[in-house]
Amino acid sequence: MSGTHQATYLGMPAFPQAADASTRNTQLRANLRHATHTIRAKRATAVAELDDWSRLRAAGAAIKDRTLRHLDQYLEQLESAVTAAGGQVHWAADADEANRIVTELVRATGEREVVKVKSMATQEIGLNGALATAGITAYETDLAELIVQLGDDLPSHILVPAIHRNRGEIRDIFTEKMAQWGRPAPEGLTDAPADLAEAARLHLREKFLNAKVGISGANFMVAETGTLVVVESEGNGRMCLTLPETLISVVGIEKVVPTFQDLEVFLQLLPRSSTAERMNPYTSTWTGTTDADGPRAFHLVLLDNGRTDTLADTVGRQALRCIRCSACLNVCPVYERAGGHAYGSAYPGPIGAILTPQLRGTQSELDASLPYASSLCGACYEVCPVAIDIPEILVHLRERVVEGGPASVRGTRTVIKPAKGHAAERAAMRAARWALDHPGLLRTGQRLAARTRRFHPRRLPGPGRAWSDTRELPKVPEESFRDWWQRTRGRSATGSRTEGDTGRRTEGSTGGSTGSRTQGSTEKSTGSRTEGRKDTT
Amino acid sequence: MRVALFITCVNDTLYPRTGQAVVTLLERLGVEVGFPEAQSCCGQPQFNTGYRHETEPLMRRYATAFRDYEYVVTPSGSCAAMVRDNYPRMGAKAAAEGRGQDLADAAAEAVPKTYELTEFLTDVLKVTDVGAYYPHTVTYHPTCHGLRMLKLGDRPRSLLAAVKGLNLVELPGAEECCGFGGTFAVKNAAVSAAMGADKARNITATGAEAVCTLDNSCQLHIGGTLARQGSTVRPVHLAEILASTEGDVW
Amino acid sequence: MTPRDPGSQHPGAHEPTTRNPAAQTPSARGQDSRALVMARIRRALADVPRAETPGEVPVERTYHRVHGDRTADRTADLLAENLADYRAIVHRADTPASLDAPSSLPALIARLLAERGATSVAVPPGLPDSWLSAVPDAVRRVPDTAELTPHDLDAVSSVVTGCAVAIAETGTVVLDAGPDQGRRRITLVPDHHICVIRVTDQVVGSVPEALERLDPARPLTWISGPSATSDIELDRVEGVHGPRTLEVILTGPESAGQS
Repeated sequence: MSGTHQATYLGMPAFPQAADASTRNTQLRANLRHATHTIRAKRATAVAELDDWSRLRAAGAAIKDRTLRHLDQYLEQLESAVTAAGGQVHWAADADEANRIVTELVRATGEREVVKVKSMATQEIGLNGALATAGITAYETDLAELIVQLGDDLPSHILVPAIHRNRGEIRDIFTEKMAQWGRPAPEGLTDAPADLAEAARLHLREKFLNAKVGISGANFMVAETGTLVVVESEGNGRMCLTLPETLISVVGIEKVVPTFQDLEVFLQLLPRSSTAERMNPYTSTWTGTTDADGPRAFHLVLLDNGRTDTLADTVGRQALRCIRCSACLNVCPVYERAGGHAYGSAYPGPIGAILTPQLRGTQSELDASLPYASSLCGACYEVCPVAIDIPEILVHLRERVVEGGPASVRGTRTVIKPAKGHAAERAAMRAARWALDHPGLLRTGQRLAARTRRFHPRRLPGPGRAWSDTRELPKVPEESFRDWWQRTRGRSATGSRTEGDTGRRTEGSTGGSTGSRTQGSTEKSTGSRTEGRKDTT
Repeated sequence: MRVALFITCVNDTLYPRTGQAVVTLLERLGVEVGFPEAQSCCGQPQFNTGYRHETEPLMRRYATAFRDYEYVVTPSGSCAAMVRDNYPRMGAKAAAEGRGQDLADAAAEAVPKTYELTEFLTDVLKVTDVGAYYPHTVTYHPTCHGLRMLKLGDRPRSLLAAVKGLNLVELPGAEECCGFGGTFAVKNAAVSAAMGADKARNITATGAEAVCTLDNSCQLHIGGTLARQGSTVRPVHLAEILASTEGDVW
Repeated sequence: MTPRDPGSQHPGAHEPTTRNPAAQTPSARGQDSRALVMARIRRALADVPRAETPGEVPVERTYHRVHGDRTADRTADLLAENLADYRAIVHRADTPASLDAPSSLPALIARLLAERGATSVAVPPGLPDSWLSAVPDAVRRVPDTAELTPHDLDAVSSVVTGCAVAIAETGTVVLDAGPDQGRRRITLVPDHHICVIRVTDQVVGSVPEALERLDPARPLTWISGPSATSDIELDRVEGVHGPRTLEVILTGPESAGQS
């Protein structure tokens, strides 16, 4: 594998197929379970330390909402401030344009190699591939990104792109691949995390010391001052931000916050949500360029690439509050079992399931499947430090998939058609709604089901197999509640018990029964209350 | 106090015993319970799959069916959450689409009177000891919508704690979703089954005789998975535990 | 196979040609894209009333300015605890009568460098002279000058700096490239960083209090313990690219020697 080869998410199957394969990969399941459960518990502890967490969270959401509602003003303010401080601002409407701008900027330096800080925006636009096509090698310097790059792999987590790899696999990748990219792994490298970190330090040291161009994203951009912020742990960010002569930062337009003081909220929310730390080891802020300290040239590439489409949706807009902490991934039971690759995007997990279909649209089978990649359990919303109601947006996007409707596509308001492949489901939903809207009909169906209960199969054919392959079917009771009520209470829908009768109860309906709960013992124990009941059996 | 039972379509069709338990319990507590037969389904399966427009007639039906009642009590956390969280959203969306205020009005009428069973017991009736007797070892799985949308908190546990004879054992990973998720269980069957299998193993490992929840739709999945795993733990709805007394053991 | 050899590419292969729309000057294209993105944003925000100002979008700042009520001593203790919790090594320098006393700041710095076996130390331009007064001449002083390359710095054993502010609740020291701290790179490339904090006037309780004191126009580096990573199984390991040893000295004003 070489620096020119780029693994991509293109042509990936829809989420259910990819996830089905992941659930059968026991190594992957074990790796993800271990990592997510480790961080889950730590996050809870770090958050519990702050008794004003919910107020910080509300303030974080509100600051982001304020920014998004006036994004044009804040971006203009940011642009002026960055320019005044010696930076140069570029605008990219889409991924291709951003890649072109960065490629030209690197070419202008005459360099053929760049060092990169982990950045979601550059993952999203596929910058490394575009640079490789132009003959420029980008070296990923974040430890996890390095693991992914050396392994010719794809990121599967926002914070820890190589979360799907355990220490043994990482040792093997380093041993096999480091030599192809520069300094080889030390002889006899063990799988101890400290040794692996040391190997990365040695391997990347020469890259940092020689680097002339650095490429980064940013966690925040301050409109008022033109300050950019990168939050990191390893020091690779500091290396890329301060040692090269030219720094190019590719940042989504939603990353702006109004004031420097506003960082007081996010610098409390982000580390605790992300790595479960009171504060991450290193945070760098810079404003334009500084004489004799750090890069002499600073370029800020502001990226749209579907963000304005997301902004146009008044329900989906809140997804742009995201500060990429990855708490929602770590807590998500679906992510834990499906793995990040199944989401087919740089943004996996719950946030990916709402962000990707908004940034890319819902036209492909994969993108249309993402809003369904959730049981709607709400754990993601609960941990989100900026209170993005992910379940609400998931359902909103499901509606876009099956019913179509108004949406913004590449900046143009349009009415999109329902996605293909949902015709049978739509017909079934309509029929079910019709039946449910006619309780008389519902009752007929219930009685039919009850009468035929002895003949119900234990395994279902066709699509129903998806249920019965792994789960027993419930037994249909002899009598629906509706019939029981009518039989025991007559037409008295107003609530009074006309005959002072609780009626015969239905035999154990919530699954396997135990002796003490059978119909017989119930009748015995109810004693006098069985008098006068209209038991027809 | 005019109180109606909203049985929910799943309980009506598959778990009538839970409805019977709610009626028994509330009547024992001196509450007259009504059952307007015009009621049907809250529309959650349709809505959560993306069919908002198919859900609207069911929302109207709900509002109309319970118009004459002050309180609507339902033994389902997710159906209560559907009404409380999603009906207002549906109303607002319809209004934003220029289709008038009637759905928003229907939501405004339905939301404040809709109570999940444990909320009604602890917040309206203000009881935690309902005089129940249930001589079994039970573990409790807090279902997601009750836990996170309704924020039921310790209401269910306080009710369980007051049940005579009941031995409550902790469920490891209790707050993790069982993997049901409505149509998720079929659309993403592999992940759903994997979640269910983990949940079922955790339940069996507690050594409990029964697993208690507030949602029989989740029980459909949990119970089906337990049975497939050959576990003897039986699913039981909280209402059935609370309905049980020394004179009438459920 | 190896990473792409830069020499194997034809330098002109991807240069824009006149037939290509990319032949437009970058700035002209950039202007178009700027206008395009701005127009998209304004269309996207059609629901926001024209008259609304940003200040009208409510932001309730009901969170604490600082968590808990602490004395200055207790705040310094908390800083020390939190720094140590993330594997910084914390020392305290007394305020002795004589600079030669073993517990004085110069003596402590000299001892820490000696224990480390440092042969050279990077020195910010405005570091108080007294701080290194007890360090033997054999330890080479490397002044922070523009000529100093990253490779030069890589050969330097240690660096000694002051700081701009320190945050107790998070165990953080913030450098703002002031005269006693130097350029960002000198605290990055050497593997051993000794950072001196004046307890009396440089320690604040919280992140909000720190931001109030900092100048955003200066390049800031917030440091909370030595370099670390959680990238292997989401388990924290100290020591990657930044200094693997961070030693922090808490000191009073007299021993910090502003002379």
